[in-house]
Amino acid sequence: MIRVDEKGFYGKFGGAYIPEMLHPNIEELRDNYESIVASEEFQQEFQLLLRDFVGRPTPLYFASRLSETFGAKIYLKREDLCHTGAHKVNNTIGQIILAKKLGKKRIIAETGAGQHGVATATVCALMGMDCTVYMGELDIERQRPNVERMKILGAKVVPATSGSKTLKDATNEAMRQWINNPVDTHYIIGSVVGPHPYPEMVARFQSVISEEMKWQLKEKEGRENPDLVIACVGGGSNAAGAFYHYYNTPDVRLIAAEAAGMGISSGKSAATTVLGTPGILHGSKTILMQTEDGQVVEPHSISAGLDYPGIGPVHAHLFDIGRGEFVAVEDEDAMKAGILLSRTEGIIPAIETAHAIHALNLIEYRSDDVIVINLSGRGDKDLETYIKWGGY
Amino acid sequence: MNRIHYLFNNKKERVLSIYFTAGFPHLEDTILVMEAIQAGGADIIEIGVPYSDPIADGPTIQDSNKIALDNGMSMKVLFEQLKGFRAKIHIPVVLMGYLNPIIQFGMEDFCKKCKEVGIDGLIVPDLPMQQYLDEFKSLFEEYGLVNTFLISPQTSEKRIREIDENTDGFIYMVSSHAITGAKSGISEEQIIYFKRVQEMNLKNPRLIGFGISDAETFTTASRYSHGAIIGSAFIKTVKDSKNLSEDIKNYLQSVLKN
Ligand SMILES: Cc1ncc(COP(=O)(O)O)c(C=O)c1O
Repeated sequence: MIRVDEKGFYGKFGGAYIPEMLHPNIEELRDNYESIVASEEFQQEFQLLLRDFVGRPTPLYFASRLSETFGAKIYLKREDLCHTGAHKVNNTIGQIILAKKLGKKRIIAETGAGQHGVATATVCALMGMDCTVYMGELDIERQRPNVERMKILGAKVVPATSGSKTLKDATNEAMRQWINNPVDTHYIIGSVVGPHPYPEMVARFQSVISEEMKWQLKEKEGRENPDLVIACVGGGSNAAGAFYHYYNTPDVRLIAAEAAGMGISSGKSAATTVLGTPGILHGSKTILMQTEDGQVVEPHSISAGLDYPGIGPVHAHLFDIGRGEFVAVEDEDAMKAGILLSRTEGIIPAIETAHAIHALNLIEYRSDDVIVINLSGRGDKDLETYIKWGGY
Repeated sequence: MNRIHYLFNNKKERVLSIYFTAGFPHLEDTILVMEAIQAGGADIIEIGVPYSDPIADGPTIQDSNKIALDNGMSMKVLFEQLKGFRAKIHIPVVLMGYLNPIIQFGMEDFCKKCKEVGIDGLIVPDLPMQQYLDEFKSLFEEYGLVNTFLISPQTSEKRIREIDENTDGFIYMVSSHAITGAKSGISEEQIIYFKRVQEMNLKNPRLIGFGISDAETFTTASRYSHGAIIGSAFIKTVKDSKNLSEDIKNYLQSVLKN
């Protein structure tokens, strides 16, 4: 069974390795979130907003030309059609309602690609909450449209200037600011990372993806289970959402696409399961890229959302027990896959998502397999990167 | 007897602990800085093992960590440098380091090395109490290492009592809701918190850290505890120093003057 235990572990991975200063915050969350999330009041508000604000259910779209190209039955789960343009908003809607119920007044968040930052700024505007988003200086440069979107929505965007100036450093900075403001502030983590209960909580808010996939496939294919689900993995929230209701159905293959950056052995990569080893990052035991001395290695990916040296503990567990199949996709191949999807289906994907498309080239499948690719986001935010790359 | 126990048996007030980052400002400064801290009259030396992602630390200590790593500092290098330091240093020495580098070194090997070179205690800010009790307490005890827990203004009375139960060195009182180096001066609100903990009559001595920088803050903190810990302000002192021994001595004199 793949399930989190009461101490927050998935097998060997997870837990809450946090400074004592964060203990009261984490304890408050841990002791309250399950009962709040299970309450009818929460569920009503959550479901209503997912439907009327986010636009759920998102379509499960049969991609006929892509299917022809690859020789399989390929469906796209259209998270790119969520309000704000990616799956990230499923989680921020859940956490903002939770934060309100906990009586919090301020929200902080980290962001890589800016999608989580935008999704957080959006729900803060929706609820009238003060919002500060920490973002690596490098990411501020390469995801400019999202920075401006956050500002338009009324959020403050604070650059993280340490380390690689990307997602890892933005996460460090958000954690520091949470230590500095422990009473009135809720930290909305954007992926299935961080100390328990975040990984499971975020996965549950994202699990609406596979919940919908089940009944949508039933309608279209007469069965709830596909043969394969493919998703990209930065921290792993869209993958966790797409895998969630299939974790314990061994017939469904779970494919996770990591970012290989400029190549596994180039020294500029973010392929965590290939290059990483067990250790502790951002409050949980997981697999991370590190030196022999336990210093975290600075990752690289052309997609800011996958530019992270770890993966969520649930993915470390899926990898460890062989339940998940992990593939590593290089920058160049991801960009080409983005163009391919644009031209075969008329959908420009986020570059994160394009990694999941290229995974089709790296795995074996049968021509009658039903494959669902989780289309985690759209490419509007990445236009500048597509333009700079230029290979179209 | 562990030097930390010996110290607090004999000194109940104005205990001064100084934090510095190993390998900062230069790789080979470690022993020199330790000698100067001892000569300057401090009671405890806290050696920070640098880490790439120090989430409980503010900009000053983040910078010193980064520079130390760039200089080539690592756990292995540090233990090499610390060989034989007990010939010169007689005051308690505590290692402060984040959990991941320790785990990669191997917790048992780490504890063994600490004992070998003469370390008295550990501060691992991201090692939570439960994990310590479940996985590491017996190791720490086997190698004679005193573990130090942090508490903050948000820590509940119940949890402070649990922490007091589960340590026998000293309790590290984080002075405010803050990462290191975040604030200067001591507010009314902080004093209320200091008094509240003082009145709990804990069995362990308490040192107040974070935001202590000079004679005034040291003296104020010492009024409500057994003493204080200085980190960021010390790092600033050594950062651009041309004469470490002299500058450290002068700085400590300025802090310790009554
Ligand atoms: C469109 C899109 N997909 C994927 C990700 C990666 O995050 P995760 O692995 O948590 O789904 C991001 C992150 O910003 C994103 O914007």
